[in-house]
Amino acid sequence: MGVELDDTDRAIINALQGGFPLVERPYAAVAEELGMSEAELLARLEKLLESGAASRFGPLFNVERAGGAVMLAALAVPGERFEEVAELVNAHEEVAHNYRRSHRLNMWFVLAAESMQRIEEVVREIEKETGLEVLRAPKEREYFIGFKVPV
Amino acid sequence: MTLNVDKTDRKLIAATQKGLPLDPDPWGVIAERTGIPRGEVMARLRAMSERGVIRRVGIVPNHYKLGWVANGMSVWDIPDELTDELGQKVGNLSFVTHCYRRPRRQPDWPYNLFAMVHGRSHSEVEGKVARIAMVLKPHVRAFEVLYSTRILKKTGLRITPQTERIPHGSKV
Repeated sequence: MGVELDDTDRAIINALQGGFPLVERPYAAVAEELGMSEAELLARLEKLLESGAASRFGPLFNVERAGGAVMLAALAVPGERFEEVAELVNAHEEVAHNYRRSHRLNMWFVLAAESMQRIEEVVREIEKETGLEVLRAPKEREYFIGFKVPV
Repeated sequence: MTLNVDKTDRKLIAATQKGLPLDPDPWGVIAERTGIPRGEVMARLRAMSERGVIRRVGIVPNHYKLGWVANGMSVWDIPDELTDELGQKVGNLSFVTHCYRRPRRQPDWPYNLFAMVHGRSHSEVEGKVARIAMVLKPHVRAFEVLYSTRILKKTGLRITPQTERIPHGSKV
């Protein structure tokens, strides 16, 4: 399950969490900063992605600014109904992530669609199908600076 | 709503959302795949970054695979008038990956600030939550940490029906 990283892998991940430069030969530019060759950087990146240590390398989009909408939502599902409700919720393709969490509100999922209106429609469908009230937790503001979490 | 991205941008989003080509000349590879001239590929990616359509270009570590198996959603009830000031401080903490203001849902859900914290263990997450508490004190009226115990679904976020998908590394 776990993946072991060496110091070079860590340096690569930490350097690339920030900003990959949108310049000519960008890998060469990053490699130079890290004191390695472009070929080594590319090979290491490929390995990080293959091993699953990194789930992606590329642009991260802001869904709202790309013309879509996203909302976090939660359900308090009675224990004995959990699997059934998970299936009903996950069946909606607008549900992008869904996590079980340790709380009375034990199911937390993210909906993404082309508009908030569509998201509300899906939420109402889920309420109808499950007979449970969905807690709507739309983002009102985001507080975030740059990149983080050195590995 | 759609003013931010045109058809060509969408094509670029679709071509890059799975990742950038691992090639010395990634822009050239994208140009070949999409038929968009190489110079325009770079210019449009830059423009989307400037407009905030692209948050950043980079690597998304898989925290779980790297042994960061504890994922805690800390939720806080703090005075509304302080949310922006305090939220910014919490968002600035290096270990907070996501920090949002969200509406309270009374009577059962009084929390208006959400901060996501990852760790190798629950106790590591608790240590980080304690640091958030230090930043927020003495304004915290209540807080909880909701640990994820199971991933039930994890797919891409859609920007348009059916075809294009936004990768799950995108923040919500």
